[in-house]
Amino acid sequence: MTRSSFEAAARWDRPREENDVIPGEFIYHRPSSVAEALAILASHGDEARPLAGGHSLIPMMKLRMAAPEHLIDLSGVADLKGIRDEGGSVVIGAMTTQHELIASELLAAKLPIIRETSLLIADPQIRYMGTLGGNVANGDPGNDMPALMQCLNATYLAAGNGGEREIAARDFYEAAYFTALAPDELVTAIRIPVPAAGHGFAYEKLKRKVGDYATAAAAVILTRDGSTVTGCSIALTNVGDTPLLASEAAEIVTGSGLDAATVDRAVAAAEAITNPAADGRGPAEYRTKMAGVMVHRALARAFERAGS
Amino acid sequence: MNDMTPTREQREAALEGMGCKRKRVEDIRFTQGKGNYVDDLKLNGMLFGDFVRSPYAHAKVTRIDASKALELPGVVAVLTAEDLKGVNLAWMPTLAGDVQMVLADGKVLYQNQEVAFVIAENRYIADDAIQLVEVDYEELPVLVDPFKAMDADAPVLREDLAGKTEGAHGPRNHHNHIFNWSVGDREETDRAFAEAEVSIKEMISYHRTHPSPLETCQCVASMDKVSGELTVWGTFQAPHVIRTVASLLSTIPEHKIHVIAPDIGGGFGNKVGAYPGYICAIVATIVTGQPVKWVEDRMENLSTTSFARDYHMTTEIAAKKDGTVTSLRVHVLADHGGFDACADPSKWPAGFMNIVTGSYDFPTAHLSVDGVYTNKAPGGVAYRCSFRVTEAAYCIERGMDILAKKLGMDPADLRMKNFIRPEQFPYHSALGWEYDSGDYHTAMQKAMDTIGYRSLREEQKARQEAFKRGETREIMGIGVCFFTEIVGAGPSKNCDILGVAMFDSAEIRVHPTGSVISRMGSKSQGQGHETTWAQIIATEIGIPAADIMVEEGNTDTAPYGLGTYGSRSTPVAGAAIALAARKIRNKAQMIAAHMLEVSEYDLEWDVDGFQVKGNPGLRKSMKEIAWAAYNAPPPNLEPGLEAVSYYDPPNMTYPFGAYFCVMDIDVDTGVAKIRRFYALDDCGTRINPMIIEGQVHGGLTEAFAIAMGQEIRYDEMGNVLGASFMDFFIPTAVETPHWETDHTVTPSPHHPIGAKGVGESPNVGGVPAFSNAVNDAFGFLGSTHIQMPHDAWRIWKAAKELGAHG
Amino acid sequence: MSDIDQMPVTMTVNGKKVQRFVDPRTLLIHFLREDLNITGPHIGCETSHCGACTVDLDGKSIKACTLFAVQANGAQITTIEGMANADGTLSALQEGFRQMHGLQCGFCTPGMITRAHRLLQENPNPTEEEIRFGIAGNLCRCTGYQNIVKAIQYAAAKLQGREFQEAAE
Repeated sequence: MTRSSFEAAARWDRPREENDVIPGEFIYHRPSSVAEALAILASHGDEARPLAGGHSLIPMMKLRMAAPEHLIDLSGVADLKGIRDEGGSVVIGAMTTQHELIASELLAAKLPIIRETSLLIADPQIRYMGTLGGNVANGDPGNDMPALMQCLNATYLAAGNGGEREIAARDFYEAAYFTALAPDELVTAIRIPVPAAGHGFAYEKLKRKVGDYATAAAAVILTRDGSTVTGCSIALTNVGDTPLLASEAAEIVTGSGLDAATVDRAVAAAEAITNPAADGRGPAEYRTKMAGVMVHRALARAFERAGS
Repeated sequence: MNDMTPTREQREAALEGMGCKRKRVEDIRFTQGKGNYVDDLKLNGMLFGDFVRSPYAHAKVTRIDASKALELPGVVAVLTAEDLKGVNLAWMPTLAGDVQMVLADGKVLYQNQEVAFVIAENRYIADDAIQLVEVDYEELPVLVDPFKAMDADAPVLREDLAGKTEGAHGPRNHHNHIFNWSVGDREETDRAFAEAEVSIKEMISYHRTHPSPLETCQCVASMDKVSGELTVWGTFQAPHVIRTVASLLSTIPEHKIHVIAPDIGGGFGNKVGAYPGYICAIVATIVTGQPVKWVEDRMENLSTTSFARDYHMTTEIAAKKDGTVTSLRVHVLADHGGFDACADPSKWPAGFMNIVTGSYDFPTAHLSVDGVYTNKAPGGVAYRCSFRVTEAAYCIERGMDILAKKLGMDPADLRMKNFIRPEQFPYHSALGWEYDSGDYHTAMQKAMDTIGYRSLREEQKARQEAFKRGETREIMGIGVCFFTEIVGAGPSKNCDILGVAMFDSAEIRVHPTGSVISRMGSKSQGQGHETTWAQIIATEIGIPAADIMVEEGNTDTAPYGLGTYGSRSTPVAGAAIALAARKIRNKAQMIAAHMLEVSEYDLEWDVDGFQVKGNPGLRKSMKEIAWAAYNAPPPNLEPGLEAVSYYDPPNMTYPFGAYFCVMDIDVDTGVAKIRRFYALDDCGTRINPMIIEGQVHGGLTEAFAIAMGQEIRYDEMGNVLGASFMDFFIPTAVETPHWETDHTVTPSPHHPIGAKGVGESPNVGGVPAFSNAVNDAFGFLGSTHIQMPHDAWRIWKAAKELGAHG
Repeated sequence: MSDIDQMPVTMTVNGKKVQRFVDPRTLLIHFLREDLNITGPHIGCETSHCGACTVDLDGKSIKACTLFAVQANGAQITTIEGMANADGTLSALQEGFRQMHGLQCGFCTPGMITRAHRLLQENPNPTEEEIRFGIAGNLCRCTGYQNIVKAIQYAAAKLQGREFQEAAE
């Protein structure tokens, strides 16, 4: 079975064929370096799965919708931790937890949208465990960070047995649970270009309750000069098979004064690229409309926050 | 008196009796992780049982092959219906007079139905073995929509009932029909409607939901093959009933069955019935001779053990133009799932749905309920309500709002106009109940004044104008609910469970040193009985609550009782406690008279002892009397100081309340924010105000969840959707509103301490208040009725259909 | 029975060092409850939503139903059983839950108190909103949270040497 084909059906609100809450057996590995982790991945191929925070994978294993024979716990790899300022960009180790993202003063100063988004992910306990790398790499369209990374035009640093490479977040997602990452590769870090000082930002997420995935969510980064939007980036969460970069909507907005008619056109452009599933959060039509509402609200809030 | 002598007030305070906010004794262990829940229990040689379940909602089971599972080391046995037939347990009776498969006997009727029971050394191996049991199914057409259940071509669900035209509750007129239950005067009702100046008719649905206590259903069964004794620890709201059922089913004599309900992690009605897991664990321990534990997981809990509601109520009210109601006519289509496993008193197939006339003086009324089978999980439990009372309250409270709108009257005013008046109590309702006491006008007026009802209406009007002018995208709803509950089942003349009358009981033993152990037939699942029962006893016999131990749940030691659900503990067990205590006090009076060498008629009770009338210095405290009872009892009087009381209530009790919800709705997202929620409850005499307030908070939170999205959904294939806490709406602290509580006190005239029961009122009254608020918000856009649950997308959809999105 | 080797784990639980061999797939919650007989943390949902299994692990509140025992190798773990004061008296939080009626059936309470403990370590004087946000990973079916919030406020006040002024209703 390919890495993730079984996971496509593994959403909670789908009917389940089995009633399990106990994972199958596996061999546990806890490498202390990236090289060691990659070697284990290489020798076991599809039968091995990296374990980051575990809050997507372990529930799937308990339901026996994932049954890796080898589990590679990355928590012992010190190189995967930490947040570094590299001048024009910030590099975040893949195993950095959402709790750490929230606490980071560097991020608060340079990329405050990361804190805003992290606070809307899951709940406090899960944020202590959930990692940025796990959130972006497993390809779950319900995750919040992928759209945010697309909005920020982040790059994923991947290490594989053939060496290292960089994959743009905007090129990374192929379908639900299918990504550009090869089975023997790991995302080791995420490099995020720092938006201009004084940029406006907003992550608007509609959800049923704390702990839920988004009914729809929108990330917006925007710069303005006086009343004119000089640059804008928009991405959407959980309204398609993958995160969605709403380029056309962003283009419509750029150069405008965010007047009502322009916003309406941008919203329509964003809605047009969605293709959400109907689930307990609502029918597809609703979720598409909510993507539009989230874009509308995120634009307004980002515009208000942006220094002119 | 010297300075050391406590004053009367001090002595009273020292008792921590009724009316005080006594801190809970249970909390000492719970806050330290020292509760004793079923899954905490570990016995030598204990095995673990788990179910193979059906992926299909309706299918024939053509083959079960457990051979591969049995080869797995650590697997002890796999039970199927064929094995259970050997002990005549493939089917079991339900509380509703139906029968239910314990394990699939040739077919399955709902998704996740129990098909085989794997018994293994631990839960990990059991789960591995489940994967290895091979089951072949032949799919059958699925019936999900109850409105199609009685179509001529509807699939036959229950072949076992073929040819049975008579069910437990009268004639069945279709192969998927369970019962029709009618009450009231049909002719008079029809006439009233024919003559009505105004009438409304609306199909009001109360969706399927689930009690989902945080601890799921679970048990440990242990058979001692040498002594022939069976011990079952379990999450049982009614342990004695479980013992009787276990004895009747297993033919083990009842005295050789020991049922123990330890600490229970919430019940809300989920833990009243008997489930296949209990039966299989018992059979498994009999088969293996080893203790067997069964623990439901959350998905199993939500998808199999007892849903609640699923009532579809076509509601009609007839009235005069001035708003005076003249008649109520309700027809209910009740979806019971694959088996009728409703947990109602035996003679009440639709529970106490006939409380549907609510708080209003309807001269005539008629109610008819048809129960049907569908391919869904069985059940129909009273989720934090007395039997079907929350459905009834929702029906009438929604109906009154719809009528108010049609008449152009304010919904609070319409209610005030039609309330049963204080002088009408005891009030005989058109559908057969005798309401014990109430003062509805006072309660309603207090609630309206406190919340500032009239100015809220003015604000709402202004906001509606602003919305129409396009100045805001938010609309405001004010939800009004005035409910009357019926709790305390119940009088033996009309209430029994499997033939056992619904009395309850208490035993109180005063020890020589003046401390007490007391045991009841009730069983707390978080209600704090260890605290409150001691308060009743403390007030009645003058021994400090701190010196009174309360014990429940062990059928060997506790007197027989029918357990805790339907807010029956205070009305029934609470009365038994007071009466047992009074027996003790009566005997204590004789002992005190002997000690003081006076006639017992010369004595009077004073807080914590007896004193000679007119000479209060001459007194004997209960502590002294207790010692004397064992040391020097009067001649011709038995030594000792204990009493047992079995209480058969003469009537139900009828708590009531006025609830108001103020809600702001974002029409663009459908998100509703609760701005204020005010709950005034009248539960008669208040035993522990702190615990009452806590119960109201919890019940309102459950009502909020139910009204705003908590639902067990099915797709057209009968797949149960969202059976986990990701989708099944249990609000966190963030979503949960702030609650304002208030009260009036109208004691029950027939209850020994005047108390009525309160735990379920907030669920009964809360749901209509939330739903009425949503509906009230949209009324000005032309809406009459929007179905629950009111989750964001459904509210958005309503807004869209009403043109609110422009 | 299993062809997977058991693995040694060592951890400090409530101040006591424990060493065991476990199957890699053993969840921490089962390890605590069944191997160590630490039954305070409970299982409520299996899917990391309810928080009844919350324990404190190296200064983090975690859900022990969604962590393998092998992942906790070398960790310092505190459960509700380790929350009382050193002299055995109830901690400020335990006392607060009792005083403010912050529990009913008691099933969520161990996880709730353990989570609240970490919350107060990180934010000794939280607002009501911060408390509600901070305990949103713990579900309670009985209390409606209002008195849990008060219980935590009570504890925060007590730990800072202040008298808790119950907010007017």
